[in-house]
Amino acid sequence: MTFTDYGFYVLCGTAIVLLATQAVLDPRTFFQVLDFGIADGAIYALVALGYTMVYGIIELINFAHGDIFTLSAVIGSAILGFFTVSENTFSLTEFVTLLLVFPVVMLMIGGINVTIERVAYRPLRNAPRLAPLITAIGMSFIVEGVMYLWHGSAIIHFPDLLPHGPGFQTYIGGVFFTFKDIFVIVAAVILVSLLAVFINASKLGKAMRATAQDRDAAQLMGIDINRTISATFFIGAVLAAAGGIIYGLYFNNLDYHLGFSVGLIAFTAAVFGGIGNIPGAALGGLLIGLVKAFSDNYVGSRWTHIIVFSILIAVLVFRPTGLLGMRVPEK
Amino acid sequence: MTDNLDDNILVLNNVTKRFGGLVAVDDVSLSIKRGEIFALIGPNGAGKTTLFNNVTGLFKPTSGHVILNGKDITGSKPHEVARLGIARTFQNIRLFDYMTCLDNVRVGRHVRMHSKLWDGLFKLPAERREEARVTEEAMELLRFVGIARQAHQYARNLPYGQQRRLEIARALATEPKLLLLDEPAAGFTPQEKVELMALVRKILDRGVTVWLIEHDMKVVMGISERIVVLDHGEKIAEGPPEEVRTDPRVIEAYLGKSA
Amino acid sequence: MSNRVAAPPRSLFARLRLRERIRDRDTAIYGLLLLVALVFPAISLYTSDGSTYLIAVAGHAGTYVLLAIGLNVVVGFAGLLDLGYAAFFAIGAYTYALFASQQLLASPIHHAYHFPFWLMMFVGLIIAASAGAILGFPTLRLRGDYLAIVTLGFGEIVPQVFQNFDQWTGGINAIGGIDQPTLPAWVTGPWAGADSISIVAPFSFSFDPIAYYVLIFILVSVAIVLVNNLQRSRLGRAWMAIREDEVAAAAMGINTVTTKLLAFGIGASFSGFAGAYYGASFGLVSPDDFLFIVSITVLVMIVLGGMGSIPGVIVGAITVYFILNWFLPLLPPAVQSLASSIGLGSLNARSGDWPGLGNETQNVTLLLFGLILVSMMLVRPQGLFPSRVREQELKHATGQEDEAAIEQAHA
Repeated sequence: MTFTDYGFYVLCGTAIVLLATQAVLDPRTFFQVLDFGIADGAIYALVALGYTMVYGIIELINFAHGDIFTLSAVIGSAILGFFTVSENTFSLTEFVTLLLVFPVVMLMIGGINVTIERVAYRPLRNAPRLAPLITAIGMSFIVEGVMYLWHGSAIIHFPDLLPHGPGFQTYIGGVFFTFKDIFVIVAAVILVSLLAVFINASKLGKAMRATAQDRDAAQLMGIDINRTISATFFIGAVLAAAGGIIYGLYFNNLDYHLGFSVGLIAFTAAVFGGIGNIPGAALGGLLIGLVKAFSDNYVGSRWTHIIVFSILIAVLVFRPTGLLGMRVPEK
Repeated sequence: MTDNLDDNILVLNNVTKRFGGLVAVDDVSLSIKRGEIFALIGPNGAGKTTLFNNVTGLFKPTSGHVILNGKDITGSKPHEVARLGIARTFQNIRLFDYMTCLDNVRVGRHVRMHSKLWDGLFKLPAERREEARVTEEAMELLRFVGIARQAHQYARNLPYGQQRRLEIARALATEPKLLLLDEPAAGFTPQEKVELMALVRKILDRGVTVWLIEHDMKVVMGISERIVVLDHGEKIAEGPPEEVRTDPRVIEAYLGKSA
Repeated sequence: MSNRVAAPPRSLFARLRLRERIRDRDTAIYGLLLLVALVFPAISLYTSDGSTYLIAVAGHAGTYVLLAIGLNVVVGFAGLLDLGYAAFFAIGAYTYALFASQQLLASPIHHAYHFPFWLMMFVGLIIAASAGAILGFPTLRLRGDYLAIVTLGFGEIVPQVFQNFDQWTGGINAIGGIDQPTLPAWVTGPWAGADSISIVAPFSFSFDPIAYYVLIFILVSVAIVLVNNLQRSRLGRAWMAIREDEVAAAAMGINTVTTKLLAFGIGASFSGFAGAYYGASFGLVSPDDFLFIVSITVLVMIVLGGMGSIPGVIVGAITVYFILNWFLPLLPPAVQSLASSIGLGSLNARSGDWPGLGNETQNVTLLLFGLILVSMMLVRPQGLFPSRVREQELKHATGQEDEAAIEQAHA
């Protein structure tokens, strides 16, 4: 065990001791915050997966990804606006509309992200490394610009469709659980599991893993690199789109600029779990959600940003490959 | 190791390198005499380059010692090893592709230069003098390996054989006492191999001891005075070329058990 | 020798040997920049009836030129991706703002300091460089991209820290009334609103855009000379070597950690220096001035201009600054007047869902900036005026696939 390992364990140990103290002193608050943190973290996990998959395959920090996430919520809210959904009753209409909105938005956003890759990243695949980073920033501005043109800087309301109110919430041991929390967590778990099965079992998933490992070798093995990369962007966007709609259903308010901060934190989550590592991104998202929730509650929300990024730096210093990243010898 | 210390420029004592369960270098001891051409041979994956990496500080040996000029340098950082007088080339040529040949060699002089940040920032007279001197020395080295005409080309644009030569010039620029060449003749035509052997002898004349890894037996037998054979990370033979050539263990390692 | 005697006496112009010198692209760009920088204030004053607005914009653009030159050392020379460059800018600006205003009077130490600008510029530089060293020391060992992420995190932390320690920094309320630089003497004239040309002593820069323009012009010129020197020194070569191949560089005796640390520290010191200047020239420093978007903007400037090439990044900085702070803000009124003059004035009025042409143009500026970035990058991936290295890199990249195959064959 090296010095940095000790540092890492000391860090984790301190965090656990501090949280455990809170859990003993005031279990109710603790579990309430835990509940919220997990729900929030589940959304970050969905966004972080897109970052990590894209980074794993073409080593690009896809700055537009957070905005893709927001765009899906905006589009979702627009589609729901067409139907006369009622926010107060949860009947068959609402259920069917929701069931419809998810796949439609996911496909649309998937298509948009594939187009972005095709237009802005693929022509630069052999260019100096920072060129695609700049177009990613440019695409981020474009997507935000489109939303700004559409809604301005106003708060965009997302219909509060999920059943809520008495009957859909419960106190267990003094902790307040709502249907919404459960919905977010269950949806995220289902999506991440589907992704895991896809990556591990399907032919395309294997091609993605192979391309991430060694693009040239994968190409020599007859893998269509362009198709694989497109698929990665598609799947990443599909997850972000699901995340966006879930975010809308959970928080009900967003604006054109939301993707910037969500993206930054989700990206941090991806690094936290070990960039390029898919289970790592899911775990990282969850942990970041928890860190945010605990920090908001116990330290004060204005310190949360500082705490999240300090932890990020500490993790990178003490465990440079992230929580689940493997130690790769430098080539 | 009972040899007189003064004779040996480099001594390896029981050097072992493990990667997890894999033993890449297994308890290798050897000593290289000052002013000789020493060869390390063995089948692919025998651990030759790994041994080089352990000597030059790219890896830290799991156990054992590396002793340069009687001084234990085990676990020194690569740049410290270079400063102490070991330079190397790489199996898969690692030049600074988008720097000129001249700049590649001038980078080699880095470790023997003295100008600091301030000197460079304000182009102080001492720095200008040093730059002029280093440029002259670098040109001399390019002439020495025979690529002075290409001085202002990007390293990347040189033909393969000249890239190998440039890498040698860059390594010599660090003023090594011991030069490690990792498969210097790989991919060479017979004519180029002959020229390479001549170049290695010229390097020896500059007072630099040469330790090379090489697959080409003609080259190895042609220039080296002593040979160590590595197989599966273990030293299986050591001695002058004619002795090693006939060693049954060496033949077995190269041709397989049935031979 | 006898030839020279026989030759006719050459004119001063011929002796400058301009034709030969200008064959070098970089020299040509420097020459052009110098010319524009010298002529620009006069033309701007003349064409705008003595308004110094454009000169002020140009002066502020100079701050970004300094930032771009500094970030280019980190990213372009040493190949380290720094996404939190604005953090050092903030550190420099706050260093000056705290110790050259009334701010600390209200802080727990109840004493205001007013150190001179000329001193604090270098204090800001040193503090930013130290912050860079402290951040860089544990993190520069990390693989390339992790450094980018660490710096990104640092860039998020620093402005937030300045915002949160509000009893010291005033938090979101910003620090105002920052001291302006003063000089023992200065020349003033009609261009600065005075009646005649005269010498003012002592002279306060106050809000005189021309004085700041001259100051930043001098600072940028000095910076260009110094960084050019560095690029062609032992250290500059070491940076390039690390950028090209870190393992080989270490094997050549380069201490990669300290060399990278120097690049990082020098980049940070430029940013700190520029920060102090920024505080002095604006007179107001707020945490919002140093957000992630600032780091990104400077990065965009150097990549668009041509990483590694000093004239390139200067052009990039000026271009991007003028797009953001002059072209885009002036676009809505320009579009409105264009519409009126070609008989489409009715579009300017607001009606129903239509917010009016001016407002609509205002709304698309973000989109437009994104489009400009993407299209510029697609047209010139290597930047406007790349260093020769980058140009070569792109040329080679096209042939890369064949080479991969050849390498496989060799292995």
